[in-house]
Amino acid sequence: MLLRHTPKEIKERSALVINPAKTCQPVGAMYAALGIHACMPHSHGSQGCCSYHRSALTRHYKEPAMATTSSFTEGSSVFGGQANLIQAIDNIFTIYEPDIIAVHTTCLSETIGDDITQIGRKAKDDGKVPEGKYVIHCNTPSYVGSHVTGFANMCKGMVDYFSEKTGEKKNVFNIIPGFVEPSDMEEIKRLVSAMGIEFIMFPDTSGVLNGPLTGHFSMYPEGGVTIEQLKATGDSTGTLALGDTASSLAAKTLDTKFKVPCEILDLPIGLSATDAFIDTLRKVAGVPVPDSITYERGQMVDLISDMHQYFYGKKVALFGDPDQLVSLTRFLLDLDMKPVHIVTGTPGKKFEKTIQDLTADLPYTVNVKESGDMFLLHQWIKNEPVDLLIGNTYGKYIARDEDIPFLRHGFPILDRVGHSYFPTVGYKGGIRLLEKILDLLLDRIDRDAKEESFELVL
Amino acid sequence: MESTAENITYSKESIEELKQDILKKYPTKVARKRAKQIIINKIDEGDAVPEIGANTRTVPGILTQRGCTYAGCKGVILGPTRDLVNIVHGPIGCSFYAWLTRRNQTRPVDDNDENFMTYCFSTDMQDSDIVFGGEGKLRQAVQEAYDLFHPKAISIFATCPVGLIGDDIHQVAREMKEKLGINVFAFSCEGYKGVSQSAGHHIANNGIFKHVVGEDDTVKEGEYKINLLGEYNIGGDGFEIDRILEECGIQVVSTFSGNSTYGQFANCHTADLNTVMCHRSINYVAEMMETKFGIPWIKINFIGAKSTAKSLRKIADYFGEQKLKDRVEEVIAREMPEVEKVMMDVRSRCEGKTAMMFVGGSRAHHYQELFNEMGMKTLSAGYEFAHRDDYEGRKVLPTIKIDADSRNIEELEVEQDPARYKPRKTDEQMKALADQGYTFKDYKGMMPEMEANSLVIDDISHYETERLIEFYEPDIVCAGIKEKFVVQKSGVPMKQLHSYDSGGPYAGFRGAVNFYKEIDRMVNSKVKTYLKAPWQKNPELSGHYVWE
Repeated sequence: MLLRHTPKEIKERSALVINPAKTCQPVGAMYAALGIHACMPHSHGSQGCCSYHRSALTRHYKEPAMATTSSFTEGSSVFGGQANLIQAIDNIFTIYEPDIIAVHTTCLSETIGDDITQIGRKAKDDGKVPEGKYVIHCNTPSYVGSHVTGFANMCKGMVDYFSEKTGEKKNVFNIIPGFVEPSDMEEIKRLVSAMGIEFIMFPDTSGVLNGPLTGHFSMYPEGGVTIEQLKATGDSTGTLALGDTASSLAAKTLDTKFKVPCEILDLPIGLSATDAFIDTLRKVAGVPVPDSITYERGQMVDLISDMHQYFYGKKVALFGDPDQLVSLTRFLLDLDMKPVHIVTGTPGKKFEKTIQDLTADLPYTVNVKESGDMFLLHQWIKNEPVDLLIGNTYGKYIARDEDIPFLRHGFPILDRVGHSYFPTVGYKGGIRLLEKILDLLLDRIDRDAKEESFELVL
Repeated sequence: MESTAENITYSKESIEELKQDILKKYPTKVARKRAKQIIINKIDEGDAVPEIGANTRTVPGILTQRGCTYAGCKGVILGPTRDLVNIVHGPIGCSFYAWLTRRNQTRPVDDNDENFMTYCFSTDMQDSDIVFGGEGKLRQAVQEAYDLFHPKAISIFATCPVGLIGDDIHQVAREMKEKLGINVFAFSCEGYKGVSQSAGHHIANNGIFKHVVGEDDTVKEGEYKINLLGEYNIGGDGFEIDRILEECGIQVVSTFSGNSTYGQFANCHTADLNTVMCHRSINYVAEMMETKFGIPWIKINFIGAKSTAKSLRKIADYFGEQKLKDRVEEVIAREMPEVEKVMMDVRSRCEGKTAMMFVGGSRAHHYQELFNEMGMKTLSAGYEFAHRDDYEGRKVLPTIKIDADSRNIEELEVEQDPARYKPRKTDEQMKALADQGYTFKDYKGMMPEMEANSLVIDDISHYETERLIEFYEPDIVCAGIKEKFVVQKSGVPMKQLHSYDSGGPYAGFRGAVNFYKEIDRMVNSKVKTYLKAPWQKNPELSGHYVWE
């Protein structure tokens, strides 16, 4: 057994986290910053932070994840990181020539209290920021929130630094896609375009972290939201924020600063969340839903209907990020599956309440925990076994020990590919999720069937 | 004409031109610093090579391969010890990223054997802990770990904010050791200490030496007992080395730290020879063990079939008994035919191809052996976190200046153990070995073994890598995960030599075979013929298509 020391008996822990279901803020900020065109994310801290985050992103996307670091030493930790950051800014613009440097902090620079706004201003005054280039930042103390919080903070940073209001309202919608895959961002763009709606999506990592092999390395691939687009977000008619935890902060900032109203929606994963997304788009933009989208929806419903017997009543344990978990839970309920254990490492009391409300009609109480960990999830599973586990790659240890079919979903996925190319959002993405879940459940039926009941047709 | 590795040469002038051209891109101060770390190799009498700048700070803003001190301490050195509960005191990220990502394999003896390597432990510090201090939480976390698992020992690792807010993790460790009656010890391995992972290796090894080595005096059975230092069992390297040593009748008392246990560290002082694989990460442990317990050390290398054979012979020569020498020869004779068969096969396709390697503190050197065996040439190489002695050889040790960053890392004062110091060889025996040309505590370094005019680069940056690929057009590049896809986007295959891209083992005889096959697969991959679509190769349409 790989997790041989995990006991069934659950003891309350107040200090020790075991097998976390989250990581720290900066990696989320780095990911979001990669969704700006020609941007160099910069980690203001020790080299290790940047190295770890780049490694995690590279392993997940199987793509270059470029980012620089302030390379703190003991001296900079004592005297402050201003000199390091200014030198870094100079070097980055000289050597790597991005249009923007997007700085995020770390627990180190936050603890010593470096003021990035002031340092950025000094860099500019010292002539280290070339004309027409930008240094933006957000604060991402690793001891607050999680990687999702970091993503949210960098989205807010984009608004803080770029969004402008010219006074001329445009029939354009801002879309903040949430901490999802490049393929998901691409799919959201396809759906919104199909509805004939003009939009600005930020951040947008499609075309950055799922690029082709051409024989030429490009530090700044074609994808990513542009500075012009970011500036224009203040003139948009409204903002759709997908995923409360990842996207609402930037959306609300646009509302407060520029009176751009916002709708905060669940990530469009699964039937009802995608329905809500499309229906909201239709209403806010005042456009009809094209037949092509209704057709895709119908295909998804067809598949649910065709295979309902295999989904019905299956117990599921899930872990990951709040926004994904809320939508996935709704989807499981759409399918008459039974979510029984749900854990996120990301703190926030709202999460438990949302899940409890969603599952209020179930004839049992769902185990749900924010600031939880995978050790607790595993213990819950030992006490009440499940038919399916959904979560990031780290779940494979539980899945193997407990012999549970395992669907990889979320961040990070280190041992499988596909997530960069095939979305799980929208109806098409929902169909892919259904296919994956079915593959797992049906493979299990095939594996466990007695010879006489081993069926050709399922 | 088929090129062979031998006839690929570059003039000093062309390399100097490349170097100057690379430096041009940098701001003046940076260029001045990098110039000392980009060296055109030259071998003079007595293996004298030019001085290289190494183990110095990375310039902020430069895209570096390097990680931090914590990564070196927790991730590299203590990561592979399966029966330790390693609690990381800090925000969640540091523990999360060091969780199972290095591929150091471990093999518990049975289902009841302790193995915590699949677990990730953290105090997950929150802002209130940063403001009010995290010692209480750490103490409680140690208690909870003990209550749940009753491990043999618990170790504590500091992350950046811990040092800044002044949590006394060593005091907490002492208190909990007293309270729980098990060994509890802590490492002040804050990420900002030192200039790279190397500082963390040192802090980790010092800690193990101080808190664990010598705790268990049981002398185990075995005629030829060695420690294997600086072997981390990535991809099962250590398993292959253990297999070979076992066949030779050589007992490994402890490995630092691949597939290791707490008990191995505690007992390692009972071995009769220390063999050092990765000189960088552990030579000081070998030195300290010699001073304290009288165990001599030699440098060995199990990367490359010929190096493996050479290392086995060196171990046998140390013990000096014919019985052992014969057995070693038998093992080599048994293993080599398969190695040579595959070697000759891959040579027919790989001979004359070229490589660049920028990795580790020993790997960029060791792996040149494997490439040589395949008829491939290493055009340019460098380390990520090594020191001058790893490049130029231990002969330069007295001339290395101790700078402020190195002074931060504790140097242990070690004395002869009054009871347990025991010279393993008499002075006469040592002299006899020396007369035969046998060398102890010797490492020549990478540069004397590379050709003149090859480019040696310390702490290479992304920009330099890109320029080198353009200039050399190598058939393969070896580095780490962050560089992997950057290089491959250029159409050049890239082999990870930290984690082996989920491959391995590459050590020992069977490892060599694995490596030959893997590199053959990569340098002869068809992918580079796929880069252009037919319409990109022939974009011009001449006339209209006529359907027949």
